[in-house]
Amino acid sequence: MSRSEGTMQSRLLRGAHRTLTGLHPALESLLAAVVGLLVGAILMSIYGFDPWKAYMGLVKGAFGGSYEIASSLSRATPLILTALTFSICLRAGMFNIGAEGQMYMGGIASVLVAYFVLPPGLHQIVGLIFAAFAGAVWGIVPALLKVTRGVSEVISTIMFNWIARWLALYLAIYVVVDPRRPEKTLSIPVSARFPVLVPRTDLSYAIFVSIAFALVIYFLLWHTAIGYEVRAAGLNPTAARYGGIRSKRTMLLSFILGGLGAGLAGATIVMGLPPTYAIYGGGGLPQLLNMGFDGMAVAMVGRNHPIGILIAAVFFGGLNAGGRVMQFYGAKPVPLEMVRVVMGAIVLVMSIPELIRLFPAIKKQGEKLIGWMRRMSRRGEKEGAA
Amino acid sequence: MSFNDVLSLLRISLHAMVPLALTAVGEIVGETAGLFNIGLEGILLLSAFGGALAAGYGGPVVGLLVGMGIGGAVALVFAVINTYWKGTQMVTGIGINLFAMGFVAFGLIQLGAPGFHDVPNAAELFKWRTPMGLMSPMILVALVLPFLIHWLLKRTRVGLMLKAAGEMPEAADVAGININRIRLLAAVFGGVLAGLGGAYMSVAWLGVVTKQLSAGRGFIALACVVFSGLNPLLALLGAFIFGFFQALAEWVKTLPSKPIPGEFVSMLPYLITLLVVSGAIGRVRFPKALGEPYKRE
Repeated sequence: MSRSEGTMQSRLLRGAHRTLTGLHPALESLLAAVVGLLVGAILMSIYGFDPWKAYMGLVKGAFGGSYEIASSLSRATPLILTALTFSICLRAGMFNIGAEGQMYMGGIASVLVAYFVLPPGLHQIVGLIFAAFAGAVWGIVPALLKVTRGVSEVISTIMFNWIARWLALYLAIYVVVDPRRPEKTLSIPVSARFPVLVPRTDLSYAIFVSIAFALVIYFLLWHTAIGYEVRAAGLNPTAARYGGIRSKRTMLLSFILGGLGAGLAGATIVMGLPPTYAIYGGGGLPQLLNMGFDGMAVAMVGRNHPIGILIAAVFFGGLNAGGRVMQFYGAKPVPLEMVRVVMGAIVLVMSIPELIRLFPAIKKQGEKLIGWMRRMSRRGEKEGAA
Repeated sequence: MSFNDVLSLLRISLHAMVPLALTAVGEIVGETAGLFNIGLEGILLLSAFGGALAAGYGGPVVGLLVGMGIGGAVALVFAVINTYWKGTQMVTGIGINLFAMGFVAFGLIQLGAPGFHDVPNAAELFKWRTPMGLMSPMILVALVLPFLIHWLLKRTRVGLMLKAAGEMPEAADVAGININRIRLLAAVFGGVLAGLGGAYMSVAWLGVVTKQLSAGRGFIALACVVFSGLNPLLALLGAFIFGFFQALAEWVKTLPSKPIPGEFVSMLPYLITLLVVSGAIGRVRFPKALGEPYKRE
């Protein structure tokens, strides 16, 4: 090999490496998704299901046609917002597990528009403002506890989730209840509902609320001074403090922004998801349940970036929509809960940094193990000979 | 409130204390070594489910042992990711919780029951007859264990090694302690105890598995740890306080007069947790390297 060939090869290698590392985040998310689906497949085969058939049903149910795509997007709508809640706070260096509770409060607050008569357009905006405000109020209390008393936000937000759950149930059953049908809250009046975007599906204009909020957050975090401060405080709190960034302010700000997002998520479900346009207190808030927790998985796979979250939310919305089809598909249908198992496995895998580098490491460990077994067997032979 | 009411309240509080105390004490060992596991909630749920199933086949003791095994196995996954693979502890914990929520709901459907599984009477752990009513022997375990762990952490070489791994891993590494290994062992030990607590809930206490059986107990146990400042004896006290308020909530619900709506009573344990934790913080100090993977320079 001549010398010029050698340098060219190394340059090519370097180029390939750079491309690969540039792709790293997206590739790792993809890899995590694949591993998560594999874990799901293994569990399904242990329980005697046919994973291949189940996943075929899931994919068909998620992206098999315009109706399916619309319903996946409709499932993605609240997930985008709750994922943003988690990721804004993570960018600021904090774990906000409270999207679930903030979303409940937002949902309940948006029901209040049923008491007003307003022209369409304004009515939706009032509902969104109510919901965003309620979410932000519910989000700021853990932040204040953290700033003033040093309470870990992980514990306080989780406690707030449970408190919000019982408070929302109480409000749905006794306060904003529909007097004629006590199992549900008042329905949102037609003038405050988000119109359906694709006829005969449950995809409504509410999805534009989510997309707009994602773009606003992107602009705010990456193109303004305040956003820079938030991200700097998250990357290195000590350096940020020396740089004159007030960490308490960024903490409060990130929780308020997050609360706004989670509150809006509640509103998009209550005001923008046909056919109910109400919360069922009797059934334990079924439409709202777990949307906040699923949002954390979306945020992780979306790499805590608003644009990544938009893509990841469509994937998870597809999982939810397809899971609904999967549970009626084939001779032995797979329950919807399998989808959450897959999500959990994906998040678990996402927590491993530089996932791709693990493969050589695992191979090395495997070789070590084989070598150790060989040595042991050889020792056994020797002892046997002696 | 009659004397009998007080006794039954105390009895329920002691029973509710057990899973919190076991989980919290296990987590204290893990956190002393530097691993913060918020997947405890998921471990409780998974081991309650697995323990109940195993108890159906092999009796209550097998159920408890299987619960411990499941807890240890899940904690092993958590620990490997967060020691050797330098993972993000919070995210792994969130993943474990999501996985457990899905898996237990899925498993309950596979059993054919609509959302819950009854543990057969024969598979439930026996209870002692005492002047206070039927008491589970596990209460004794939960009362003794914190003292043992306190002695282990404060008075033994192992305790010192754990503390070094959590406080200053660089120095401990130089002194010849294998940081990753000791952290792994500590986290697995914590998982085994949480698994025991989870299996206790289904096999020895409530006799039923639902998909919300753990009901935030894993997180309340974390709150106990925060409240105690990594002192097992204070954690036991915290677990009793939280157990008492859970029992109080259950007791108020059974009152015929219904002084406050049931929803607010159910809120009580979480509200108290929040109040106690916000009151207790400030004087508490945690290991320096808590939550951070150890990387050799």
